[in-house]
Amino acid sequence: MSAAFIYTILSLSIIAVISAVILYFTARKFKVEEDSRIHEIESVLPSANCGACGYPGCHAFAEACLKAEVLEGLYCVPGGNECMAKIASILGKTVTEKVPMIAVVRCNGDFNARKKTTNYDSAKTCEIETFTYAGDTDCAYGCLGLGDCVKVCPFDAIHMDTTTGLPVVDEDKCTACGKCVIACPKDIIELRKKGLKNRRVFVSCVNRDKGGPALKACKAACIACGKCVKECPFGAIVLENNLAYIDDDKCKLCRKCVVVCPTRAIHEVNFPPRPVQKEEGPESVTKEIKRN
Amino acid sequence: MSNNIPLTVALSPHTYSKESIETLMYGVIIALIPAGLMGIYVFGFNALVITLTAVFSCVALEFLVQKYVLKVPVRAFDGSAIITGTLLAFNLPSNLPLWMVVIGSAAAILIAKMTFGGLGNNPFNPALIGRVFLLFSFPVHMTTWPKPFDAVTAATPLGILKEGVKEGKNVSELMQQMPGYFDLFLGRMGGCIGEISALALLIGFVYLLWKKIITWHIPVSMVGTIFVFTGLLWLSNPERYADPLFQILTGGVMLGAIFMATDYVTSPMTKKGMLIFGALIGVLTVLIRIFGSYPEGVSFAILISNAFVPLINRYCKPRRFGEKQ
Amino acid sequence: MFANIKTFPVGGIHPHDSKLSAKQPITVLPLPETVSIMLSQHIGAPAVPVVNPGEKVKTGQLIAKSGGFISANLHSSVSGTVLKMDQVVEASGFKRMAFIIKVEGDEWADGIDHTSAIKTEITASSDEIRRKVADAGIVGLGGAAFPTHVKLSVPEGKKADFLLINGVECEPYLTGDHRLMLERAEGILIGVRLALRATGIKKALIGIEANKPDAINHLNRLTDDDPGIEVVPLKVWYPQGGERQLVKALVNREIPPPPKGLPIDVGCVVLNVATCYAIYEAVQKNKPLIERIVTVTGDAVKNPSNFLARIGTPIKQLIDAAGGLPESTGKILSGGPMMGKCLSTMESPVTKGTGGILLVPDNDAHRKEVQACIRCARCVSVCPLGLEPYLLMTLVEKDMLDRAEQEKITNCCECACCSYTCPANRPLLDYIRLGKFNVIQRMRKQEKK
Repeated sequence: MSAAFIYTILSLSIIAVISAVILYFTARKFKVEEDSRIHEIESVLPSANCGACGYPGCHAFAEACLKAEVLEGLYCVPGGNECMAKIASILGKTVTEKVPMIAVVRCNGDFNARKKTTNYDSAKTCEIETFTYAGDTDCAYGCLGLGDCVKVCPFDAIHMDTTTGLPVVDEDKCTACGKCVIACPKDIIELRKKGLKNRRVFVSCVNRDKGGPALKACKAACIACGKCVKECPFGAIVLENNLAYIDDDKCKLCRKCVVVCPTRAIHEVNFPPRPVQKEEGPESVTKEIKRN
Repeated sequence: MSNNIPLTVALSPHTYSKESIETLMYGVIIALIPAGLMGIYVFGFNALVITLTAVFSCVALEFLVQKYVLKVPVRAFDGSAIITGTLLAFNLPSNLPLWMVVIGSAAAILIAKMTFGGLGNNPFNPALIGRVFLLFSFPVHMTTWPKPFDAVTAATPLGILKEGVKEGKNVSELMQQMPGYFDLFLGRMGGCIGEISALALLIGFVYLLWKKIITWHIPVSMVGTIFVFTGLLWLSNPERYADPLFQILTGGVMLGAIFMATDYVTSPMTKKGMLIFGALIGVLTVLIRIFGSYPEGVSFAILISNAFVPLINRYCKPRRFGEKQ
Repeated sequence: MFANIKTFPVGGIHPHDSKLSAKQPITVLPLPETVSIMLSQHIGAPAVPVVNPGEKVKTGQLIAKSGGFISANLHSSVSGTVLKMDQVVEASGFKRMAFIIKVEGDEWADGIDHTSAIKTEITASSDEIRRKVADAGIVGLGGAAFPTHVKLSVPEGKKADFLLINGVECEPYLTGDHRLMLERAEGILIGVRLALRATGIKKALIGIEANKPDAINHLNRLTDDDPGIEVVPLKVWYPQGGERQLVKALVNREIPPPPKGLPIDVGCVVLNVATCYAIYEAVQKNKPLIERIVTVTGDAVKNPSNFLARIGTPIKQLIDAAGGLPESTGKILSGGPMMGKCLSTMESPVTKGTGGILLVPDNDAHRKEVQACIRCARCVSVCPLGLEPYLLMTLVEKDMLDRAEQEKITNCCECACCSYTCPANRPLLDYIRLGKFNVIQRMRKQEKK
């Protein structure tokens, strides 16, 4: 019995030693020389391998940074300016700062505003629904609510709100990598400037139908009435293809357009409560009551 | 709209065949009944107890894992776990202690099936993993079979052959101790619960083909290869190698070919691939039987071939219509 | 029943054929109040309008001109006033431009013979036939709506040996072609002879599925003395009527894969029986394509029927004529259950490609829950083109378009056998369609570069 043990241990040990020797030599023979700075860059990158930089992953991006003469055109979206500054200091190069962006969902048509008119039954992805027909509501432009954007987000920053059927972006997590923008077959999601103090004003609709049909399909649609265009003191709003669009370069966040929009299709985000509204609100309500 | 039902919109097709996973799985279970009855007839009540234990533990384990561990919709009753349990039991001797049967079921369901993500994702046949697990863990219990219609234990025909050849006896001499071909065909021999009766298994095969649950490719290719390969060996030296008919009637070849190798999940997708897969199992079975230390090799042959399935799928493509070859 | 019955060799399925309206003679649908004639009812360049809103048109008058070689003329199917051009939801589920015409009487344009008298004598030359077919705006009436005059012009350097006439009608429920073969067989055969003359082919084969023995016998009787036309019974097997399957079954030739492979590459021209009838009417009687046979059927439909309807008739009117929309309806299909499209509204009009309206009860209208693939290989064995649907679906799901292209995703003819047969109810064809679309888009982009 003991002999068997000894033979087993011996033979296994010999195999182990031989394997170790082979491994040692192959490792030496096939060793890839790599600049140690690549590792350094990778350690400051977010390691999400999201691909927003245009490279297959963080490692490839680090290599590209190392090879590049200037860092212009190379930008780690999730890491942001801070990350790029670190990379620049590692490589001894300079970078220009970029304005932080965020993904914005431009559809306002929740279950109340936009009734489902048909029952969609193909595979449950937005891409295939777009392929099947115009959508399960009368609005041919709006969110389909099947969450292709949610599935594609590498940062878990976008979720479906089950009460409205619309996706919601988590501002802390969103890095504006742009994957959801590509994934959305209806082109609803847009990357916009994060704005001063995270404040933004945008048109939350992409319906390019004329006012009548648009309103018929969705109570919250932009009906291209042009009130916001007239109201804007900075000329930041343009009306094209029956749809208002706010240029975030020109917008000064005065919020005048939000008030005049008859369908409340213009959204404001992260603003303090409006003092004017407090006065107006009760008044209009009392008017309503008197009329009744 | 004159009716209140919202119209459904979907891509074509708008009609579907009546087949579902359940109908296919329960079809296989029906096809297993003759072999099970034969096992009970030959080995008595114990065979039924073992089969029910294995089925119950497989279904229960799958249910528990799906409900409490993976927290996915419970599909333990779709029939696949019942098949795994039945096939596992059919590969066990009828005098195995029941707690070992439970361990085998656990190996089959937990290790071979659920860790890979459940039905459809397991690379190896779960029932066979369970069996091989038991074979390695309890070699003595797994290789003492009760004699047919008797409480005494006896070796299987293949076991007798292997031992005999090892001791230097002639095959023709050994064959005289064996049951006749007709007995082998009916299942009057020692062995595992479900593997003994070629007749009962063939009845199941005919049922499966009639219901179009499986195609003929894998079983025919596998049994054919074993027949041809052992036939060549037999012709070369009939004193050393047993004849091919004996080879295909013993050692679970029929059970393996009809029910285990044809397992949907672990077999190739194309007809060409299925033929190659069957032939591969056949060759490996014979190699293990003749040159290996185990008297029979179907389980190992199938498991090894399972590992080749992704490769077969990658390179055996159906003939694309209209493409120049 | 028939000796020497032919079929294609690989794949296919046999869905329940449910030809409820097979015994219903073709009835002429009364004129609607308004019609919406879609501007693009064919494959290829859209037609260019030649009438303006407010103008009066006559039945059979040209209202939009063909916009290129692969394009088709469009004629008014009624007489009346063009109200406007507007967006109308068509069967594909998207809004497209259409003429809205208010019907006033039924005054036909000059030179059109719309009586039922049969004009047998063929006087037109090959070029004349092609020109008349093009003028009449004839497109393939089997469903694909490919302009017929293009098919009849054999490209230089290619030789056509066989004219194959598709009378298979392998889609369950649909019976329009069947009725046409029974009731208008003489016209169809004259159309076949015209097509033979136009293409210079000597031999025509009419393929008919064996579940229509009356049509096979009837056509056999009429073609007894004509060695140039042969009626071939085919096995009842879906997709027997697919172009590739039909060519394989009838003359045992394989059309190279799409997008480049066409029947003409293997010396065949394939026409539908209804198209042949339209050719007959266009050449012999100067009648443009303004009406077609539409089957209205379904398990809960009161009177499943075959209607001769003007192009542009709202589908609602057809349903009403067949006994109204059953309470239980959950899905309205344009076409058959295997390849038909769902309508999202009953206001959509009949187009040149509408072969049937199928009303599906709500309890049959929903897909079952998707389960994991058990790798049963059924999809592979039913694919008539030798593809691996299970693999293609996974590749598309994982967005591996390169590999999907290697695995010949673009060969798929969307016959839907794979989705039909899947026991795990997986949406195989949904993903394959998407992948095919994306791969073709990508190929086009690369070609441009």
